[in-house]
Amino acid sequence: MANTASSAAVNGKPQVLKESYGARCKKDFFINWKLYLIFLPILAFYIIFNYIPMYGAIIAFKDFSPQYGIWGSHWVGIKHFIDFFTSPDFGRILGNTLTISFSTLIFGFPAPIILALMLNEVKHSIFKRTIQTITYMPHFVSLVVVCGIIKNFVADTGLITSLLNSVGLVEKTDLLGKKELFVPIYVITGIWQEIGWGSIIYLAALSGINMDLYEAASIDGAGRWRQLFAVTLPGIMPTIVIMLILRVGHIMGVGFEKIILLYNPLTYERADVISSYVYRRGLMEFNFSYSSAVGLFNSVINYALIIFTNWFSRRAGESSIW
Amino acid sequence: MQIKESIGRKVFLGINALILLAVAIAAFYPLLYVTLASFSNASQLMAHDGVLLRPLAPNIESYRATFRNSFILTGYTNSIIILVIGTIVSVVATTVAAYFFSRKNVMHQKTLMKIVMFTMFFNGGLVPTYLWMKQLGMMDNLLVLILPTCLNVTNILIMRTAMYGIPESLEENARLDGAGHLVVLSKIIVPLVMPTMAVIALYSAVGYWNSWFNASIYITKRSLYPLQLVLREILIQNDTTKMIDDVTIAEQAQVSETIKYAVIVVSTVPILCLYPFLQKYFVNGVMIGAVKE
Repeated sequence: MANTASSAAVNGKPQVLKESYGARCKKDFFINWKLYLIFLPILAFYIIFNYIPMYGAIIAFKDFSPQYGIWGSHWVGIKHFIDFFTSPDFGRILGNTLTISFSTLIFGFPAPIILALMLNEVKHSIFKRTIQTITYMPHFVSLVVVCGIIKNFVADTGLITSLLNSVGLVEKTDLLGKKELFVPIYVITGIWQEIGWGSIIYLAALSGINMDLYEAASIDGAGRWRQLFAVTLPGIMPTIVIMLILRVGHIMGVGFEKIILLYNPLTYERADVISSYVYRRGLMEFNFSYSSAVGLFNSVINYALIIFTNWFSRRAGESSIW
Repeated sequence: MQIKESIGRKVFLGINALILLAVAIAAFYPLLYVTLASFSNASQLMAHDGVLLRPLAPNIESYRATFRNSFILTGYTNSIIILVIGTIVSVVATTVAAYFFSRKNVMHQKTLMKIVMFTMFFNGGLVPTYLWMKQLGMMDNLLVLILPTCLNVTNILIMRTAMYGIPESLEENARLDGAGHLVVLSKIIVPLVMPTMAVIALYSAVGYWNSWFNASIYITKRSLYPLQLVLREILIQNDTTKMIDDVTIAEQAQVSETIKYAVIVVSTVPILCLYPFLQKYFVNGVMIGAVKE
């Protein structure tokens, strides 16, 4: 219907198409200039806070010196990239980033799905809502406080340390000082923070499943477990796939905030990821150009991964992220 | 049709409920422990091992020390200033941006949307941003904690979706009466997208209250520290010396252990108390965010 209408309009007024780009711009500006004016501050915001820093990333190809500034410093080509790729840090932080990412993915990704499936079985609505409210809570606690609590609980006399000690799993020492425990602590506390909040989206998907499907399945003689695999999981699969794609797209983008709050020189070997390395080399040790190069490398990889995963999901016939 | 539930089903549901209860306890107990510890006597607490079910020798010394402390109080004030201004700026900017993107027949809208969306996937990186902010003279300026994070693409999209839902006839009538963009936006659109504005306000308020990293790199003056930065000093860097004014060394050792817990409670309780009442809005936010454009 809309199609015929628009083609009729085109047939009726072919001159509309012939208008040049400049003329259309002019006309558009004449009608909408007030609207563009309102938008101007927003555009300025993006230019100032996003696009100029992107341009500033050219210091990755320069030797930044404060006296010449970003624009005036000398070009050095890809020196900093070569330095990074040939440094022993490269393998270590790349490995750590992947280890932390995949551990979070393997353990952290299914957790909210399982919680949502379990909550979905509860018919008592007050009980269900109470559990939801409580498990959402850690999401709202600030990261500084979360890490403060973690530090305190796994200190030599901390709650977790003494509980684990009483069953003979660890000695009474600061667990954050043990490099092999950094990833488990990071992943488990991450689940603690996000399991409840992450389940919301799956609960919504679950509530969208048509009840008739369950009835049909049970008439066909499907038991509860069979229904889970034949009705429930397929019902929430699109949501799972989208969430998984989003996660995979960010596999190289482990955030540094929690890392730099929890790590210390004793655990750098296992805890240091690309972003925390950029932070430390750049803002603590003032190797501005070198760390910009590392950061740019990371940004480009992240960007490519996101584009690729989205392309992949579109190809695979699942809905795309944008 | 109601099928009588089998025994197996009942056992399953019972176990399910127990596991969920355990998950809830695991989620909640750390926060409870912190609260109980904050009311405890420091030396008894240090001697105590394992789970805490009630405060040990209840007292409020740690809270006295917390509220006497000037850094905590200025931190609190700064955080509230940042939260209030930041939230207002966020909501206004998001609404204006969404208004622009929800209009019809605007030629460069798509290009501008791409420009905005691109920032979701690519950024200049930590160091170039830092150097540029420094060059702009944003060091030790509370604006650096407010402006760079005030707009976010997801929020704009959420708001735009809400605006798409408004019947066109409403605006058209106003336009025929000669109303301009600002009148249409403030008199017609804003009242109708209030619930979405509330969601965005809540999210940005929590975001501003909890953020700490930008402050840690851009703010060097102690008088401008937001609360989270003071907390980092006490909780992460383990530095309670600046915390304890006018008490003797012996007393310091006593309070320094429990004061950590008290500051956690003082900084977290406002959010956790408000949150159950606002939960509906937060959850709505996740929903609208998920049902994208």
